Amino acid sequence: MTIRKPDISSNICGIKSPNPFWLASAPPTNSGYQVRRAFEAGWGGAVWKTLTHEPIVNVSSRYGAVDYDGRKVLGLNNIELITDRTLDVNLKEVREVKKDFPNHAVIVSLMVDSKREVWHDIVKKVEDTGCDGLELNFGCPHGMSERGMGSAVGQVPEYTEMVTSWVKEVAKTPVLVKLTPNITDVRHVGRAAKRGGADGISLINTINSIMGVDLNTLAPRPQVAGRGSHGGYCGPAVKPIALNMVQSIAADKEIQLPISGIGGIQAWQDAVEFLLLGATTVQVCTAVMHYGYRIVETMISGLENWMREKGYAKISDFQGATVAKVGDWADLDLSYKVVAEIDQNKCIHCGLCYIACEDGAHQSIRMTTITEEEFAKRNGNGGPASVEFSGGKRVISGSGDGRVNIFEIKQDTCVGCNMCSLVCPVSNCITMVERESGLPKMSWRQYTEKLAKGEVEKIQPPVHV
Amino acid sequence: MAKTQLGQEQLEENFADLHPNYTRDEAVVEASRCLFCFDAPCTRACPTHIDVPKFIRQILHDNPIGSAETIFSSNIFGGSCARACPTEVLCEGACVDRAMLKEPVQIGRLQRYATDYAAAREIRFFEPGKDTGKKVAVVGAGPAGLSCAHELRKAGHAVTVFEARDIPGGLNTIGIAAYKISTEFALSELKPILEMGIDLKLSSPVNAAGIADLLKNYDAVFLGIGLGATSRLEIPGEETPGVWEGLDFVFQSHTGPYDECEVGKHVVVIGAGNTAVDCATEAVRLGAEKVTIAYRRSQKEMTAYDYEYELAKADGIHFEWHASPVQFLEKDGRLCGVKFQRVALVGEGREAKLQPVPGGDFVIECDMAVKALGQLPFTELLTAVKGLKVEKGRLIVDRKTGATGVAGLYAGGDCISKGAEIVNAVQEGKIAAWAINDYVKSKGK
Ligand SMILES: Cc1cc2nc3c(=O)[nH]c(=O)nc-3n(C[C@H](O)[C@H](O)[C@H](O)COP(=O)(O)OP(=O)(O)OC[C@H]3O[C@@H](n4cnc5c(N)ncnc54)[C@H](O)[C@@H]3O)c2cc1C
Ligand SMILES: Cc1cc2nc3c(=O)[nH]c(=O)nc-3n(C[C@H](O)[C@H](O)[C@H](O)COP(=O)(O)O)c2cc1C
Ligand code: SF4
Ligand code: SF4
Ligand code: SF4
Repeated sequence: MTIRKPDISSNICGIKSPNPFWLASAPPTNSGYQVRRAFEAGWGGAVWKTLTHEPIVNVSSRYGAVDYDGRKVLGLNNIELITDRTLDVNLKEVREVKKDFPNHAVIVSLMVDSKREVWHDIVKKVEDTGCDGLELNFGCPHGMSERGMGSAVGQVPEYTEMVTSWVKEVAKTPVLVKLTPNITDVRHVGRAAKRGGADGISLINTINSIMGVDLNTLAPRPQVAGRGSHGGYCGPAVKPIALNMVQSIAADKEIQLPISGIGGIQAWQDAVEFLLLGATTVQVCTAVMHYGYRIVETMISGLENWMREKGYAKISDFQGATVAKVGDWADLDLSYKVVAEIDQNKCIHCGLCYIACEDGAHQSIRMTTITEEEFAKRNGNGGPASVEFSGGKRVISGSGDGRVNIFEIKQDTCVGCNMCSLVCPVSNCITMVERESGLPKMSWRQYTEKLAKGEVEKIQPPVHV
Repeated sequence: MAKTQLGQEQLEENFADLHPNYTRDEAVVEASRCLFCFDAPCTRACPTHIDVPKFIRQILHDNPIGSAETIFSSNIFGGSCARACPTEVLCEGACVDRAMLKEPVQIGRLQRYATDYAAAREIRFFEPGKDTGKKVAVVGAGPAGLSCAHELRKAGHAVTVFEARDIPGGLNTIGIAAYKISTEFALSELKPILEMGIDLKLSSPVNAAGIADLLKNYDAVFLGIGLGATSRLEIPGEETPGVWEGLDFVFQSHTGPYDECEVGKHVVVIGAGNTAVDCATEAVRLGAEKVTIAYRRSQKEMTAYDYEYELAKADGIHFEWHASPVQFLEKDGRLCGVKFQRVALVGEGREAKLQPVPGGDFVIECDMAVKALGQLPFTELLTAVKGLKVEKGRLIVDRKTGATGVAGLYAGGDCISKGAEIVNAVQEGKIAAWAINDYVKSKGK
C-alpha cells in the first residue's frame, strides 16, 4: 500500500487555508511586504497586525526575553502597541495581498474605541478589502488597555458580548474573538463572545508580565528611559497555559465554537497538541520573530509525517481527540499505579534522579557505590559507560576516585510521581511502568461515596522514610 | 648544533596557547552542556576534588569570580592545572557526557576561563589565618611545597620555603611544555600564593644534614623536592655534543628567550612518555625539519596519553617502534646519528621481554638526540636522613597524611609518587598541610 501525503488543509468557520499554520497578529504580519513573504515561505494564513483608525505611537525599547541556562528566548515579552501605520496604507496592502493569494487566509485584527459607530466604520472599511475574516483583539494587555481597549474589553464579559454584537451587526465575513489569558476563568469571556455572536475564538493573547530587572541599573526589563510597564508575555514558556485555556474553551458545553489556538508554538509537535486539544488552526508569533518565516517548513513536514505514521488522512481525523480526556481530578482512577524503573544498561550514573527524588520527592531511589573493577566486570562492554585506555590508564565515564554510583528504584515506596524520569538526561532510561495496586478501579468521587457507605477500606498514606 | 633558525614572530606563534581562552559566550554555551551531576564523577576523578558542577554552574550564571573561588579553594594551582592537566584521564574522562554524547564537557577550558577571569582582576580569595606561633619549613617550591605552604598559611602557621633553584614553582614554572604553561603565567599564579606571607628562600638547597637541622628548628618539615635528572641510557657515546637530557631541552624554552633555544635539523627523541612528546613537539616548534620518537616497545605500551600522541602526530612527528638505542654515533666531534637494535616483544603488556631481532640494527641520522626517560629520585639525599625509606624510587609516606617514618617530617609530590601530575602534587601538599596542622597543634599540648 502506498502512503500518500495527508491532506493538511484547514477550514475554520468557513475560512479556508492550505494548512493550519497561521501567523498571529503581531510584528511578522505588520505589512504587505512581510505577509507576502510569509505566504511564499509556506504559511497558510495570516492575521494582520491589529488595525485601528489612527496609527499609535510606540516607545523604545520594547521587548524583553527570558533565557534559560544558555538557551535564548524561552519567553518573550513586549510593550509594543498595535499598528503604527495608517489605516489607508494597511487596507491597500491587505487588498493587494488577498488578490495575489486567493487561497491563503487573510484575517484582519481590529481594535478601536468602544463606540458602536466607530466599530461599524472600521468593519466596513476592512471587509471592503476582500479579506477572509476578522479577529477582534480583546486581549492586548498593555498600553491599549489603559485606554479602555484590548484586555480592558476582554476582561469584562459584558463588554466582550457588547462589542462582538456591534461587529456582528455589520460584518459579512466570519468573526473570531481573540481572548486574553489575564483572567481567572477564560470560559466566562468565551461564553460572552458566543452570546455576542462570534463565529470562532482565538486564544491566547499575551500574559501580563515583568521580564526581570537589570542588575546593573536596577531598571525593569525592557526599559524605557529607566522605567518599565507591565508587558505581554509569550513564547515557548507559555504553551502549557495556552493549552489549558484552549482545552477549557473546547470542552465547554455552552461555547461550542471553532478555535484558533495560539501561545508558545515553535515546533510541529506544539501545533499538533493544540489541534488535539481542540484547535482547528494554530497561530504563531514569537518563534517567527526568533527564527523567521522559514520555520513553517519543518512544521508542515513534521505534521505530515506524524499524520502519515498515525494513519490520519486529514486533520479532522484527529482534531480535538484529546479534549474529552481532560476532566476533573475527582474522576481520575485511584487504582492506577505506576512506578519508576531504571534501565541499568542505559544509565550514565549522573545521579540526577537520585537527588531529585531524595530532596524533592519521596526518597525512593537507592544509591550504592561499587568499585570500578566490580563495575567493569558487571558492565562488560554492554552499558553506555565508555571504557577507554590512555597512556596505560583506564578511564570510565561516570566513574571517579575508583568508584561508580549505582541507582535503583525502591519500588515499594515509589509513589509514581514521574520526577526522576523527567530529569533523567538519557531518553527511555527511566520509564514509568504499570503495577497492580490492589485497589478496586474507582475515582475519588466513587471512593468517597463508597467510603461513606462502608464499602471500601480507607486508603493508607504512603510509606515514607 | 645551532640556535633555532626561526624568527621571533614565528616562534611566538608556535609557542602560543594550544587552546586559547574561551570568550564569555563560548564558556556559557559549553557550561550549559554540564548536567550538574550529583556526587559528580568529574569531581571524584579530580585529585584535588574541585567541585566541578558548582564552578561550571557559576560560569553559567555569569559569576566567573565565584567560580574561580570554588576552583582555588580546592586547588591553588587551578590555572596551571586548567592548562596542563591530562583531563582526558581525569575529570573529563569521568564526565558522563562522554557516555551520552561521546564528548565530555570541556572542564579544563572552563576552569581556565574562570581562573583567568579572576586573575586578570587580581582578585584575592584567601587571607592568612590568625598567627598560631608555630613555624613550618617547606623544602622545595614546586606545586607540592607551595600548595602545602599556602594551606599552612591559611591555618595561621609561619612558613619558610627553601628552594634550590633561583626561580620558584618547580617544574610547573620551567618544566611544562611552554605552549601549555608559559613561564610568565606560571610566575603570575605564584603571586597570590606568596602574598600569603610565605618566607621564600631561593638558591637555598637543603641537604640531609639540613633536613635534620630544620626538624630541630621548626615545628614540622615538609619535603616537596620532586625528582632529579633523567636516567642515563648507559650506552656508548652518551657524552657526545648533540646528545641532550630531556629536561634540559624543555627547560631552555622557559629559562631563555625562544630565539636563544637550541635545536637540531633532525632530532631523535628516545622514549615514549609524555615528556618525550613534549620534547618532540617543542623541537618541531623550534623549527626542526624532522623529528622522530623512537621507542623500544609499541604504540600500545607507550605511556604518553592518547591526546598527547594525537598532538604529536598532528605535528608531523615520526614514530619508530620496537627500536632500542645501542649507540650514539659521532663524526667530527659531533653527533651524526643513533644506532638502534630492532627488538621484538615477547609476552604481554609492559611486562613483555624485549628480544633483539637478528640482523635488525639500523641507524637514524640526526644532529640532535634527546633522552626523554623517567626522572631519577633523590635517593642519596633521602636515605641519608635517618628513618626515611625509599622503595622503587618512591619516598614512603602514609598516603592519608603524607607522614614519613620520622616524627614531624612530611612529604608529597613527585618525590613520593615517582612522577605524577601537578594536580597530584597540589593535593598531596594539601593533605600533608592538614596533617601538619593537627600535628603542630597537638604538639603544644
Ligand atoms: C617534561 C615534563 C612535562 C610535564 N608535563 C606535565 C603536564 O603537562 N601536566 C602535569 O600536570 N604535569 C606535568 N609534569 C609533571 C609535573 O611537572 C610534576 O608532577 C609536578 O611539578 C610535581 O611537583 P613537585 O612539587 O612534587 O615537584 P617539582 O615541580 O619538581 O618541584 C620540586 C622543587 O623542589 C626543589 N628542590 C629539589 N631538591 C631540593 C633540595 N634539596 N633543596 C631545596 N629545593 C629542592 C626543585 O628545585 C623544585 O623547584 C611534567 C613533568 C615533566 C618532567
Ligand atoms: C511584539 C508583539 C506584538 C504583538 N502585537 C499584537 C497585536 O497587535 N495584536 C494581537 O492580537 N496580538 C498581538 N501579540 C500577541 C500575539 O499575536 C500572540 O497572541 C502571542 O504572542 C502568543 O503567541 P506566541 O507564543 O506564538 O508568541 C503581539 C505579540 C508580540 C510578541
Ligand atoms: S517516580 Fe517519584 S517517587 Fe518514584 S522514584 Fe521517581 S521521583 Fe521517586
Ligand atoms: S538520571 Fe538517569 S542516567 Fe542519571 S543516574 Fe538516574 S537513571 Fe542514571
Ligand atoms: S560529569 Fe560532566 S556533566 Fe556531570 S557534573 Fe561533571 S562535567 Fe558536568
